[in-house]
Amino acid sequence: MTEIVEETLCELRQTFKSGKTKSVAWRKTQLNALRQLVKDNEEKVFEALYQDLGKHPIESYRDEVGVVVKTINHTLSNLDKWVAPTKGKLPLLFFPTRGEVLPEPLGVVLIFASWNFPISLALDPVIGAIAAGNAVVLKPSDQAPACSSLIAKTIPQYMDPKAVRIIEGGPQICEKLLQHKWDKIFFTGSPQVGRVVMTAAAKHLTPVTLELGGKCPVILDSLSNPSDLKVAIKRIVSGKWGPCSGQACIGIDYMLVEEKLAPTVIELLKKTMKSFYTESPKDANCMARIVNKHHFQRVQNLLKDPLVEASIVHGGSLDEENLFIEPIILLDPPLDAAIMNEEIFGPLLPVITLKNIQESIEFINERPKPLTIYAFTKDENFKKKILSETSSGSVTFNDVLIQFLCDDLPFGGVGSSGFGRYHGKFSFDTFSHEKAVLRAGFFPELEARYPPWNNFKMTFIKLAYDLDYFGLFLLLVGLKRF
Amino acid sequence: MAAKVGFDGEAAAALAKELRASFASSKTRSYEWRVSQLNGLLKLTTDHEAEIVDALNSDLSKPEFESLIYEICMVKSSCKLAIKQLKSWMKPKKAKPSMTTFPSSAKIVSEPLGVVLVISAWNYPFLLSLDPVVGAIAAGNAVVLKPSELAPATSSLLAKLLGKYMDSSSVRVVEGAVAETSALLEQKWDKICYTGNARVGRIVMASAAKHLTPVLLELGGKSPVVVDSGINLQVASRRIIVGKWGCNNGQACISPDYIITTKDFASKLVDAMKSELDSFYGKNPLQSKDLSRIVNYNHYARLTNLLDEDKVSGKVIHGGERDTSNLRIAPTILLDVPQDSLMMQEEIFGPLLPIIAVDKIEDSFDLINSGTKPLAAYLFTNSQKLKDQFVRNISAGGMVINDTTIHLAVPSLPFGGVGESGMGAYHGKFSFEAFSHKKAVVCRGFLGDASLRYPPYTEGKLSVLKALVGGDSIVDIIRSLF
Repeated sequence: MTEIVEETLCELRQTFKSGKTKSVAWRKTQLNALRQLVKDNEEKVFEALYQDLGKHPIESYRDEVGVVVKTINHTLSNLDKWVAPTKGKLPLLFFPTRGEVLPEPLGVVLIFASWNFPISLALDPVIGAIAAGNAVVLKPSDQAPACSSLIAKTIPQYMDPKAVRIIEGGPQICEKLLQHKWDKIFFTGSPQVGRVVMTAAAKHLTPVTLELGGKCPVILDSLSNPSDLKVAIKRIVSGKWGPCSGQACIGIDYMLVEEKLAPTVIELLKKTMKSFYTESPKDANCMARIVNKHHFQRVQNLLKDPLVEASIVHGGSLDEENLFIEPIILLDPPLDAAIMNEEIFGPLLPVITLKNIQESIEFINERPKPLTIYAFTKDENFKKKILSETSSGSVTFNDVLIQFLCDDLPFGGVGSSGFGRYHGKFSFDTFSHEKAVLRAGFFPELEARYPPWNNFKMTFIKLAYDLDYFGLFLLLVGLKRF
Repeated sequence: MAAKVGFDGEAAAALAKELRASFASSKTRSYEWRVSQLNGLLKLTTDHEAEIVDALNSDLSKPEFESLIYEICMVKSSCKLAIKQLKSWMKPKKAKPSMTTFPSSAKIVSEPLGVVLVISAWNYPFLLSLDPVVGAIAAGNAVVLKPSELAPATSSLLAKLLGKYMDSSSVRVVEGAVAETSALLEQKWDKICYTGNARVGRIVMASAAKHLTPVLLELGGKSPVVVDSGINLQVASRRIIVGKWGCNNGQACISPDYIITTKDFASKLVDAMKSELDSFYGKNPLQSKDLSRIVNYNHYARLTNLLDEDKVSGKVIHGGERDTSNLRIAPTILLDVPQDSLMMQEEIFGPLLPIIAVDKIEDSFDLINSGTKPLAAYLFTNSQKLKDQFVRNISAGGMVINDTTIHLAVPSLPFGGVGESGMGAYHGKFSFEAFSHKKAVVCRGFLGDASLRYPPYTEGKLSVLKALVGGDSIVDIIRSLF
């Protein structure tokens, strides 16, 4: 096992050293090949996602295949712009020196993918790494084995195996990978494992991007227009159970609503869920299942607390054999229960009632910073307060999940939800080193720069720092004291 | 001598708690607070110039010129730039929303991270303490500064002045050494900025990993200078000399560490350098007031050790004089020091300048790339081809062609390392960004809800989804609707 890692790393370093991955033409070829891979294997991808997570093809296209295609298209359209140096403005004093920031690849990067979006969360970072000119090792999640297998089989058929490699496996191989020096590690997963990754990276001073999770709240303010409320509920339902049955980092974790609205909201939730998933969600085939027994039991355990169980107001059916948990709504489970302290990552929606919706800000601030905050409100002041008084990776008003699709927005966490970001150009930047380059000429020569020091030189440089060109002029023509 | 009351784990925890409460009160977020603090820094730097120069003289025998130009003026410039630009830096930036979420608006909002820890270095103890603090405050954070104990006069002065001029509810100085730094590192911070060496950089990052704290590591490395033939030797020599010995006598992270030139050119370069060294520092450089001393006996012994190694003796072609009682070593040039000598294996950080002579100037690239990525790399040449090759093939934090170290003074360029020389960057706007979280914000209304988002999932929905997400043309999207 050690040999695979060492051999792979050695070969990829050689490839990177040869300069091959730096060529923009090579990068474009790889991205085009990846796009072809996804198009050619769409059905196989749907099958693998169904096998690993029970995802419907629409969910699979929307959250996985479509995301990858969109990212490749966006990257190919913009790559020439991104690789170009950015001019740095220099003060006149520096003339004719020119400055620029030149993005360059970091080298050989390691990407850890998670199991819940095993295609898009594996390939999206790979796209960024390749766009930036790196060689890549991707470690897909072993908890989505069909997808891992499919990626391991197809990538070598389409992409350059000397520069892009897949290493499959579980915790043991992860440990081996982390012992080595990489030029960057990109990790998507839980905070606990994030700590392990960063600690290992520290030994080699490897920069990391950690895309973690957290408890993403949805704040539901009172909406006077009933059709707005209907839309809000539809979006909330689709934001909770839509992406991988609640097993999503930016999925809604819990809801905050005023207690007087709770009954109406819960009724609407039930109604909407029925129209989406029918009375028997398990048979409707529109919801993913729980990934495996371990996570099934983990989610099940959140409900074991009798006070939590007593707070269930809808659903509650769990099928361990088929790893299916029907959507469950809870009303005011105890705040010190595990369900309100750990990321649920499952189809359970606690609805927490507050006397006044403004209290939601304090509620959120008492807890670790989440990856996203959702808020449904038309109150502009409330929106301002949420933005300025809470901290999260991102904030979305009046909708769910869409920040993920926007290539112009950085996607990443803050605090325990992670650090670093990607998507769009941010992916390119995250896998690049921005090298400052200053090009000077041999003339003019500023004598004041050189020892031996004296008052004239001191005055000259002080004026230079202030960009006091007039003062400099006076000094040089002898009209200024020094 | 009475033992100092130690700043221990308890004290560190209490400090962090206090500053967190202060940050939570939102005081540091206001524009007015930030500007008032930046003005405070500007005032303390301006009004106490003489004391600062004295402290730097005590700690490093730093020439007044260097203290004023490289420490005081640079801090003042940083403050002034931040004050001038802060409004524009704080403004949210509009982003392009995704077509698929029409109608929506998107923006990126900068917010402070919270409470940040700045650990400074001893060689530019004033600048490297306050420059990051300027960035942290501009970004709206509360700050704890831990100056280097190896520059005790400056550390003490910083504690006194910041205590007097800054808002002590949110800006604090902790003096001390390893024990105090360790106590601080046990705490959870929202960002840690460390300037120093790679060994301690690893310790800082490993401590940060426990709390998932992002880090900015400004480290060092062996910054090479490649000197081609056919250039203006006098100008090149002067620029190398002032970048090496004119910057704290070689004790600077971006000091030229060693020179690579061709065998044919070496003697001409050496002659030019000897001549310029004489005119800068005179025949008795050990007595020159224009050179810093070595900071302390440990570093003096480290440097004399490098000089006294068997492999290296006999390679000194200029200088080599020492004054142990005054901790001074004269500007020393060596020729053809072996690659496996200590001097060529670690960052010199002192007044010793080895020159490596190669057959062809292009051989310098392999030599540089055989080591770890440095913080800076310099090239003196008139050949456009060599410039392009250098920029393309050498990876370093920053590069300067035909000069040395001046990129430090250009705030429009990011200043930071890559690989062993560090991660992250600052200066100018990059300082503001280094201490900010860029929060993505998406706003939607309640109109424009497409039923295709919601279950139940049908074939028809799949084809429209593909057209939308795949970024197809309007025509294709319309076609898919039928």
